Amino acid sequence: MSASLPQIPWNADHAAALVARCVALEGPLLPALHVIQATFGCVPDEAVPIIAQVLNLSRADVHGVLTFYHDFRRVPAGRRILKFCAAEACQARGSADAIAQVERALGLKVGETRSDGAVTLEAVYCLGLCASGPAALLDGDPFARLKGARLDHLLTQVLP
Amino acid sequence: MSVRVFVPADAAALAVGADQVCDILSAEASQSGLPIEIVRTGSRGMFELETLVEVETPAGRVGYGPIYPDEARDLAHSGLFEAKSHPKCVGPVETLPFLRRQMRLTFARCGVIDPQSLDAYRNAGGLAGLEKALSLTPEQIVEEITRSGLRGRGGAGFPAGIKWDTVRRAQADRKYVVCNADEGDSGTFADRMLLEGDPFLLIEGMVIAGLAVGAAKGFIYIRSEYPHAIRAFSRAVATARNAGLLGPTAGGGLPAFDIELRVGAGAYVCGEETAMLESLEGKRGQVRAKPPLPAHAGLFGRPTLINNVLTLAAAPLILANGAEAYAAHGHGRSRGTMPIQLAGDIRNGGLFEAPFGLDLNTLVYDIGGGTLSGRPVRAVQVGGPLGAYFPPSLFDTHFDYEAFAARDGLIGHGGIVVFNDTVDLAAQARFAMEFCAIESCGKCTPCRLGSVRGIETIDRIIAGERSSLAVLEDLCETMRLGSLCALGGLTPYPVMSAVTHFPQDFEPRGEALAPPK
Ligand SMILES: Cc1cc2nc3c(=O)[nH]c(=O)nc-3n(C[C@H](O)[C@H](O)[C@H](O)COP(=O)(O)O)c2cc1C
Ligand code: SF4
Ligand code: FES
Repeated sequence: MSASLPQIPWNADHAAALVARCVALEGPLLPALHVIQATFGCVPDEAVPIIAQVLNLSRADVHGVLTFYHDFRRVPAGRRILKFCAAEACQARGSADAIAQVERALGLKVGETRSDGAVTLEAVYCLGLCASGPAALLDGDPFARLKGARLDHLLTQVLP
Repeated sequence: MSVRVFVPADAAALAVGADQVCDILSAEASQSGLPIEIVRTGSRGMFELETLVEVETPAGRVGYGPIYPDEARDLAHSGLFEAKSHPKCVGPVETLPFLRRQMRLTFARCGVIDPQSLDAYRNAGGLAGLEKALSLTPEQIVEEITRSGLRGRGGAGFPAGIKWDTVRRAQADRKYVVCNADEGDSGTFADRMLLEGDPFLLIEGMVIAGLAVGAAKGFIYIRSEYPHAIRAFSRAVATARNAGLLGPTAGGGLPAFDIELRVGAGAYVCGEETAMLESLEGKRGQVRAKPPLPAHAGLFGRPTLINNVLTLAAAPLILANGAEAYAAHGHGRSRGTMPIQLAGDIRNGGLFEAPFGLDLNTLVYDIGGGTLSGRPVRAVQVGGPLGAYFPPSLFDTHFDYEAFAARDGLIGHGGIVVFNDTVDLAAQARFAMEFCAIESCGKCTPCRLGSVRGIETIDRIIAGERSSLAVLEDLCETMRLGSLCALGGLTPYPVMSAVTHFPQDFEPRGEALAPPK
């Protein structure tokens, strides 16, 4: 029940068509970046001139927006994306230990992708599950009370 | 007649296996040939009890929780469908003290009805506010909002009526309503619960706002960290469109009003209203200098009403029951109810809607039940990452905008995060600076560079450099006075409150402090 779309290899024509569907929107750039990332897994450098041309913006504008927002990635992530909450309410419920355990189990640090491409681990700041932390999103699906057996179980889902 | 069973589809329930619980319950029921109907609801807001399964009885709904997927089969076999007693039975849900002690106005339906059913919404009193609004002039609608005393629930507490009136009076070829659903503050989830648990209330509030200010287009900006709320709300918008409640040619005497949903991209600062407008326009989420106010020149330069989810969701009620009924509740200049969010290390965590004015002692110990861990409470942070840390000696502070401001704090969006005695307030102060550094939009130096200096300074203090405390204080003063928006301007709150109320944590310890995760 993953929330992320199946990702397909980069295709410039397909990208241009997706961006063209956003043209009629008021302020189409963010929706365009989102749809490119949802489709191809990231917004590669090749996408920038296409988006700029279709939306009639400068490349610098597109680049500036792309790099401002934490969500947009310019290279693909791992096959699974685990976003672990690092904000205060989860800290108060022991998220630092949970994150350390995740890092050990997955063999990477927050912000990294495993060299085998299996998983990317990222920090997020609050998922609105602040009375049920530690909390995380795995490919968009929420998980909470991530301690002990529940955390172990999540890790086996990430790395079977 | 089939037995009606209620299982929340709120993210907090899904995060502990509510979908699996549902699947198991319906499989067990069909195996034993028992006709049941499972209604997916929002959350009642008692997160320790999720997944809270309820079954309808002639005497009201009986609850069982927390139910994990591996307990669901046993529950079904031990008489759930006959509402039999069970170790996980919490009794009639509506009589639980945590719910009984609330005054649920905004959250009256949340956790009770199927949030995706417009009929259920209407049967539970929905759309009465809009009906009333249609019988009034825009000026009269705004007057009701003004007389209710409603203040913005997004953080700053600005009087809603004044803002609505400014946009109403503005002349332009078109105007916009923008709903701020960026809910970035740690310890808050009321917007999310409402988007998932009673989306038609917000839609109704936005339509009323459009009527009042003369806007035909509304945007809602939901943070990307809420994928489930995004799905739930867009489904509800589609339903409302099909029903003629929204759309370029809305039905039933309604003027045209449509809502477009936009998804954020992981920038906390885009919760600031002008950064949000930039983001909606497709730009970097950088804060704009004011003036002009968004009410005069907002989205695409047009007059724009921008309000928090809870502000807009309060409008239908105010219209339906009258401004006086709303203003009758509250404390001082904080009128009405506030959905307070109890979070962190707290036994009864969740959403508690009550009139303003309860004190922190009541909220943390009496209602919240103290810590979940059983350890003593050492601090609370109220109002998100820009809110102050308060020690228990300040727990006589009443939940009210002015009362918190008088103690160098803020209530913000109403989140209370409880920390036990293992918390290190120097680490929390450092985190506040780090968060500011990560999320700064980069427009002003005190915020962009001051936060980075702040991290280094706190590290030096902890390493034993006492003189750096004065540097930190100066730095905070510079950030407070020299920042364009509250991100840089209020980060000094958590930092200086930690220094002031927990000075022992800033004593030298001669070792580098690892950043909290
Ligand atoms: C850094 C920063 C983040 C903010 N985040 C939010 C937010 O997530 N949600 C919100 O409603 N208001 C947020 N605000 C407040 C908004 O700027 C604005 O005051 C609010 O949307 C106005 O609506 P209201 O009057 O209904 O509260 C934030 C402000 C700042 C400075
Ligand atoms: S205070 Fe920080 S976030 Fe706010 S405008 Fe200045 S740099 Fe941007
Ligand atoms: S702080 Fe972790 S979910 Fe809110």
